[in-house]
Amino acid sequence: MYKSIVISEKDNVATALEDLPSTEPITVKIGARTKDIQLVEPIKFGHKFAIQNIEQGEYIYKYGEIIGRASQAIKIGDYVHVHNLEGNRGRGDK
Amino acid sequence: MEIRNNQFLGYRRHDGKVGVRNHILILPTITCATKVAKQITELVHGTVSFVHQHGCAQVGVDYEQTFRTYVGLGLNPNVYGVVVLGLGCETHQARNVAKEIAATGKRVEVVSIQDEGGTLDAIATGAKLAAKLVQEASEVQREWCDLSELIIGTECGGSDACSGLSANPAVGYVSDKIVQLGGTSILAETTELIGAEHLLANRAKNDKVAKRVYEVVNAMEQRSIMMGVDIRTGNPSPGNIKGGLSSLEEKSLGAANKAGTSTLNEIIDYAEHPTEKGLVWMDTPGHDIEQLTGMVAGGAQIVLFTTGRGTPTGSPIAPVIKITTNTGVYERMSENMDLNGGTIIEGNETIEQVGENIMNEIVKVASGKLTKAEILMQHDFGIWRIGPTF
Repeated sequence: MYKSIVISEKDNVATALEDLPSTEPITVKIGARTKDIQLVEPIKFGHKFAIQNIEQGEYIYKYGEIIGRASQAIKIGDYVHVHNLEGNRGRGDK
Repeated sequence: MEIRNNQFLGYRRHDGKVGVRNHILILPTITCATKVAKQITELVHGTVSFVHQHGCAQVGVDYEQTFRTYVGLGLNPNVYGVVVLGLGCETHQARNVAKEIAATGKRVEVVSIQDEGGTLDAIATGAKLAAKLVQEASEVQREWCDLSELIIGTECGGSDACSGLSANPAVGYVSDKIVQLGGTSILAETTELIGAEHLLANRAKNDKVAKRVYEVVNAMEQRSIMMGVDIRTGNPSPGNIKGGLSSLEEKSLGAANKAGTSTLNEIIDYAEHPTEKGLVWMDTPGHDIEQLTGMVAGGAQIVLFTTGRGTPTGSPIAPVIKITTNTGVYERMSENMDLNGGTIIEGNETIEQVGENIMNEIVKVASGKLTKAEILMQHDFGIWRIGPTF
């Protein structure tokens, strides 16, 4: 079983604890329950994927806390990183 | 190595503080003197020094912060004696720095390149004075001391997504233990607490400390906003991003795990010595070497440094224990790494088990075991400048 972690039940992303292939669904543990996620593309060790659909502008949660907003619509199983996640803090550009 | 419960073999100094090393520090208070300082270390065994770009044409709070950093390095109990080395004409006068250090009873000498009549004579004078100090220092014996006498600095550098999952929580476990034993743990890198500051404010000892949390975080965030850029162009770094960190907030939430669960007792300025024991927060930038220098100048005798991407960084006067967040980097950069926290990611060890490994290493390092950064002479040094040079 491929290893990933969902740190808090509030999280809408999981972090890969090894390189994950997209050839078969990944089973993630969210608290006591499990959920099977079909990845859209392979996810590298340490990188994140969505475990729920996230609308553009919606908060992204990890550690049970806000880590940014979706800068575009994100589907379950999507790779989540700097291309579709925007931080809110230290935004001197805004 | 003899192990006694919650004790280590350290050097007791005149002011009562305890050192884990017995260095003679050649302290150049101006960039113009760093070459001579280095040359003295090449002549005299047992001396350490560092290169930097500061000490002149600085004003106001920026001047004071640099001055405080020099004095703090000299006062660190890992240092037996200091040869303060100046050029003669600089803003940060060597004799003023020397006076502050000497006031505590520490052995201090001062050399001025211009007074000596040139670099070669300054090297000769400095080396003769250093040699005397080295021999004096070699007669001091280690004695049994309590872990509560330690100030442990904590740091993460070259972080990746594993930092917040493995090595940082393990350091948090150690931080809590040190606090429980009566010691001091320094959390720093204010930049890398932006997004997680509420977690620390909620644990502040009182309203005054909680208020200060938001003040220092706001001040750091304002600096990036003043620059008119997204802070993400500088922090997280390209390596952090490659390692899976997507935003500063995500990095900060992982970084905050170094602080464990203890009450936050105070917030101190860069290079300031804590006035409280327990968990304290030093206001520093996320820059690895500037932060490291600030904590050591503030009195930290040992620093726990977690890394995901792999960094060799060390200090001239304090042992830095390097703890990896993943097994890959521990194996690839083994000559620079001391402990592996990647076993947590693999499920082979728990956070608590790795935490206990780190505690055991602290006791050994405090009693004399050398870290990889010391063996490879990583004498890194950098001051957080808060004003321009004029």
